[in-house]
Amino acid sequence: MAIGQAQRGLENGKGQRLARALGWFSHGLGLAQLIAPSDVARLIGIKDDDDNRALLRAIGVREIVPGLAILVRPRPVGWLWARLAGDAMDLALLGAALTSKNVRRDRVAAATAAVVGVTALDVLCATRLRSGRAAVEETAPQDDTRGVEKAITVNRPPEEVYALWRDFENLPRFMLHLESVEVMGDGRSHWKAKAPAGRTVEWDAEIVDDRPNELIAWRSLEGSDVQNSGSVRFNPAPGGRGTEVRVKLQYDPPAGAVGVTVAKLFGEEPNQQLREDVYRFKQVLETGEVVRSEGSLDGARLRQRPAQPPEDATVP
Amino acid sequence: MKATCWMGRNTVQVQEVPDPKILNARDAIVQISSTAICGSDLHLVDGYVPSMVKGDILGHEFMGEVVEVGKGVNNLKVGDRVVVPFPIACGACTACQNEAYSLCENSNPNAWMAEELWGHSTAGIFGYSHLTGGYAGGQAEYARVPFADVGPLKVPDGMTDEQALFLSDILPTGYMGAEMCDIRPGDIVAIWGAGPVGQFAIVSAFLLGAERVIAIDRFPYRLQMAREKAGAETINYEETDVLDALKEMTGGRGPDACIDAAGLEAHGHGAAYAYDRVKQAAKLETDRPTALRQAIMACRNGGTVSIVGVYGGFVDKFPIGSVMNRSLTIKAGQTHVHRYMRPLLERIQNGEIDPTFIITHTLPLEQAPHGYELFKHKQDNCEKVVLKA
Repeated sequence: MAIGQAQRGLENGKGQRLARALGWFSHGLGLAQLIAPSDVARLIGIKDDDDNRALLRAIGVREIVPGLAILVRPRPVGWLWARLAGDAMDLALLGAALTSKNVRRDRVAAATAAVVGVTALDVLCATRLRSGRAAVEETAPQDDTRGVEKAITVNRPPEEVYALWRDFENLPRFMLHLESVEVMGDGRSHWKAKAPAGRTVEWDAEIVDDRPNELIAWRSLEGSDVQNSGSVRFNPAPGGRGTEVRVKLQYDPPAGAVGVTVAKLFGEEPNQQLREDVYRFKQVLETGEVVRSEGSLDGARLRQRPAQPPEDATVP
Repeated sequence: MKATCWMGRNTVQVQEVPDPKILNARDAIVQISSTAICGSDLHLVDGYVPSMVKGDILGHEFMGEVVEVGKGVNNLKVGDRVVVPFPIACGACTACQNEAYSLCENSNPNAWMAEELWGHSTAGIFGYSHLTGGYAGGQAEYARVPFADVGPLKVPDGMTDEQALFLSDILPTGYMGAEMCDIRPGDIVAIWGAGPVGQFAIVSAFLLGAERVIAIDRFPYRLQMAREKAGAETINYEETDVLDALKEMTGGRGPDACIDAAGLEAHGHGAAYAYDRVKQAAKLETDRPTALRQAIMACRNGGTVSIVGVYGGFVDKFPIGSVMNRSLTIKAGQTHVHRYMRPLLERIQNGEIDPTFIITHTLPLEQAPHGYELFKHKQDNCEKVVLKA
């Protein structure tokens, strides 16, 4: 691993020198196109007319912008990809020029070859810098507790919004990864969540803070497979706009196989999952149920089915 | 049932698919009698709107008869004849209560996708990509209509399908385009695009008090329709320099308001147009703002630019300097159709508007792919295709 990192560091250094060279090249070419489009037109063998000069000036601007960014940024991977997109555009234009009339075909061909060369350099450079970026990310310290937060405004008074959440048995209606929550009394509840391969993960939780119409906070009990906690705050939105709801979830994935399951349980993208959950929470309060489309039968899904009626679907 | 499906870029097929079912308590199922192909359907078919899935049923302009209602729908009954607005709206969120129905906060189950592209989500739309909900569309024999207690409008007896159908989208869209211009006595309004929405924008601008309306397009038959049926003056941008012509026609002031009824696939000519085509093909910009740039440059100082032509993502070389320095106002939006349906229905009933003049082709649903070809390539002087299911 240390050797791998050292190699990537080296690659990275080369990548950055190459990036600077490409930055200056972008700059020079862009300025030439902007200031002397006629000369550039003749050089690459296309007609020196109004249309072509305007086009070359526009391309010049496109060259200069990423050129500058590459020079001033420490690790300009994104801008190198922007250069690549620009290369693709140049090649498309030159390809079009090759087949049209009124061009010096030999010069256009030479210009095309030059752009192909520069494209290769751009690819090389972006790839090197990217592997360098991966090395930097690998060494960054990792926080074991993960947290996500989302805010949404619901067009209902705080009492109503609080009441729906306060009955934890409602949560699976809009938090799709939950199979059930059973309220046991005494502020305690038993949570059952869906895990991959048809399995379930269960834990007990207790309410640690409960201020009617303002705040609910809970956390899993000591010894749970999944240490997690959450809170939701309710504030009246200004001007009678309903209730601002702020949800915060934290969980501490345990090590080992269970840890992997838990990570999947909370979604590859816990942020994304909570975002969809709060939208569904709002739908339930404002419209009475979770809104379904043909593409998202159970609410939002990363993988969409075609927007066609399903063969069979449960009628609510 | 039979339905018009998107099967890939530039591929539309009529296929046999399952019949729709009630999925939410406030759904209704409508047996479709008439449906239409919209210019914005072409953006989907041409591949400019992301998030399409093979098999998606297209279509957002439709009407028909209610054949089933969910238990949460109390205002409709089986047998009612209705026209359905293209945005899906819940009626309960803040946006709906402000009558901004195309901004409904609950009707897009894929709100997160729209957030990624636009910052915030908009309403769900029938048959209009998964970005706006992934709802099955209405170019089919049947459609499920969510929030049927909010959207569909009953069509009075004696009114034909052809008179009522365009209340679903393009008539309110043309009207909102004109309404956003805040027309005052003596105003001259210029409209880019003499397609169906452009034609209805002309009619609406006159209804709202415009002194003169100038339509800009490149197809002589569309310009002829704008002159003869809608009463506009016209400019063919392939023959005339639009900015010069507009200055000449307005005594140098420029139009008081400009409506972009063309959108992201606008055509043009010259180097700037070639530049946009290449950038769009290379995905460096998603939309070609040819008409919009011209509308901004043409508008008089302090005037309004109203955008009802559809844009999906990002444009390049946007003349923000012209907007800022000349105090222009830009207004835009997907149409809040629900807001306009009833008043426009009344205008049709009392003869102020006859929306049927734009229909050039009526085809059976099975021939939808042919309809798309006619409309896209402007064959046979095609202005509007109505499909009969």
